[in-house]
Amino acid sequence: MTFGQLRLDGVSRSFGTANALSGLDLAIARGEFVALLGPSGCGKSTALNCLAGLLPLTAGSIWLDDTRIDGRPPEQRGFGMVFQNYALFPHMSVRANVGFGLKMRKVGRAEARRRVDEALRLVQLTEHAAKFPAQLSGGQQQRVAIARAVVLEPPVVLMDEPLSNLDAKLRLEMRMEIRRLHQTLGLTTVYVTHDQEEALSLADRLVVLREGAVQQVGTPEEVYAQPVNSYVASFMGYRNLLDVTVTSTAASSVTVEGAGVRLTGRGSLTEGPAKVAIRPEDFVVGDGTENALDVTVEIVEYHGRELSVSARLATGVPVYFRTDKRLAPGDTVRIGVPAERVLVFAP
Amino acid sequence: MTAVATARPALRHRLAERGIDRTLLLLVPGLLVVACLFLYPFLYGLQLSFAPRKGGVFANYARFFGDPYLRNTIWTTLGIALPATFVNVLASIPIAYVMRGRVRGKRLLTTILVVPITLGTVLTAQGLIMYGGPAGWLNKVLTVLGVTDQPLPLIHNYTGVLLSLVITGFPFSFLLTLSYLSGIDPSLEKAAATLGANGVQRFRRITLPLLAPGLAITFCLSFVMAFSVFPSAQLVGDPANETRVISIAAYHAAFEEYDYSMGSAVAMLMAVVMLIVIGLVMAWRGTLYRGATGGKG
Repeated sequence: MTFGQLRLDGVSRSFGTANALSGLDLAIARGEFVALLGPSGCGKSTALNCLAGLLPLTAGSIWLDDTRIDGRPPEQRGFGMVFQNYALFPHMSVRANVGFGLKMRKVGRAEARRRVDEALRLVQLTEHAAKFPAQLSGGQQQRVAIARAVVLEPPVVLMDEPLSNLDAKLRLEMRMEIRRLHQTLGLTTVYVTHDQEEALSLADRLVVLREGAVQQVGTPEEVYAQPVNSYVASFMGYRNLLDVTVTSTAASSVTVEGAGVRLTGRGSLTEGPAKVAIRPEDFVVGDGTENALDVTVEIVEYHGRELSVSARLATGVPVYFRTDKRLAPGDTVRIGVPAERVLVFAP
Repeated sequence: MTAVATARPALRHRLAERGIDRTLLLLVPGLLVVACLFLYPFLYGLQLSFAPRKGGVFANYARFFGDPYLRNTIWTTLGIALPATFVNVLASIPIAYVMRGRVRGKRLLTTILVVPITLGTVLTAQGLIMYGGPAGWLNKVLTVLGVTDQPLPLIHNYTGVLLSLVITGFPFSFLLTLSYLSGIDPSLEKAAATLGANGVQRFRRITLPLLAPGLAITFCLSFVMAFSVFPSAQLVGDPANETRVISIAAYHAAFEEYDYSMGSAVAMLMAVVMLIVIGLVMAWRGTLYRGATGGKG
């Protein structure tokens, strides 16, 4: 089945009086990999379940080109879905699991066999075809779940935190696997995650959600480099968020004061309260030329090439930075950050 | 040093390795109860059944199978117990299926369904007589409305016993089925739906195969309860003919003919029939998938 665009039009879902998702507008082009990103309870899984047809909408509509599909039950949408807990059928072999959808669609036996073999080869599980899910490792189970979803060559594949049950090493491997599959098959994918790294590395486009509302939609670079507000910034690794006041504004820069420091950064705000966001890795130790801060080191974590340092300003406000200098708790250092790396947002 | 390395671990550790330690003593009270209240009476009855009042060792059994009035109680009992069990198990599936999720008024409905368990057979039989008897409310209403000109024969026959067994047995099999169904991960059906399976296919291919082993157990337990039917066969049945079940035959032999040996023999045969049915059901269960029913293997 080919289509040009999957469109969500004001998709909303409330549970009782709580709005899990309010007015999600999103157009997804064919072949695109879109990640819905946010902490738990932000509505990303709700959005995915609405797309799959597992949850009815409270308002809004879903369109596949000019066909409205939000009234269709899941079995008639034909979207592939990968569940967080894999949801493999425990009483069926790997082969039967992957072939289930083909059987339901009454695909001929020879054709089904060929496609199942193909899908198993794709996820490198050919020699495990006769095993049952309980005999497989977590990563293998996840690959079965993916094969089961893509064997139907669905117009859209939905993935609900597929890597969150795997250990760190396996997660990296499977992440690459998913990326490779997407490049090979070119299937339109909607991917839900709370892990910004996962979203950034996989997606063509990110949708950052908060309490059911869209915060920002953009490419990984856009969202990473230019978060639209402090919430998105905090999610994108801007770990230092300070409450400040804008004291003066220039053409492309603003000067803020607060927490006992004075900083110059990017932003277009008038005078008044604001929030600055700085990444730990943007600080440079011993660089006092621009935006210098004097801090006392409190906790040092070893991260191999770098140290992750938690320090405090004289006012007691915590500051986090990374450095390759060998620092020890109690050290007093001067750290600086270039003005273009300091983002100033409305509070 | 070498002495330490080659020395055998202490006996206590070796026993603990095999799961033998002091916590096993906790089994003693339970085993004592089982031995005194179940094992001894059972073995006593078994030997009693081979010591008939007259005739050889197997005289009681020969008499049972030689006398159609006794022999046929097996078929009579099966004829009541099997349909009642099938009704209970089959009816509990759809209701449990609907009730397994979050349903409005679930607690109230469950309570209503479970109350009959607490009543006991005698009270149920009493209620059935008051309600379904020739002068009961149901027949009165039906007669007044002109639906029937004669009271429906609902009690003191086969129907009465069957109704009583369903009323008392259904809640039990419903609760068991509900707990088995709740153990099946709901995301499995969702996954099946996204793969194109409609409601019927989802039930037949996913839920039912995963539920079947539990249904087998439910069937066995419900069957045992129904097979040993005695009070309702007496009170709302026709204990002389239509519902002369095997437990009535045992009671008759032991407490009306005062032939305890014969009574024991009938009771032993009752156990054998139940074991045969359970054996068949469990053999079928053995052919099914019996592993985890969660989404993760």
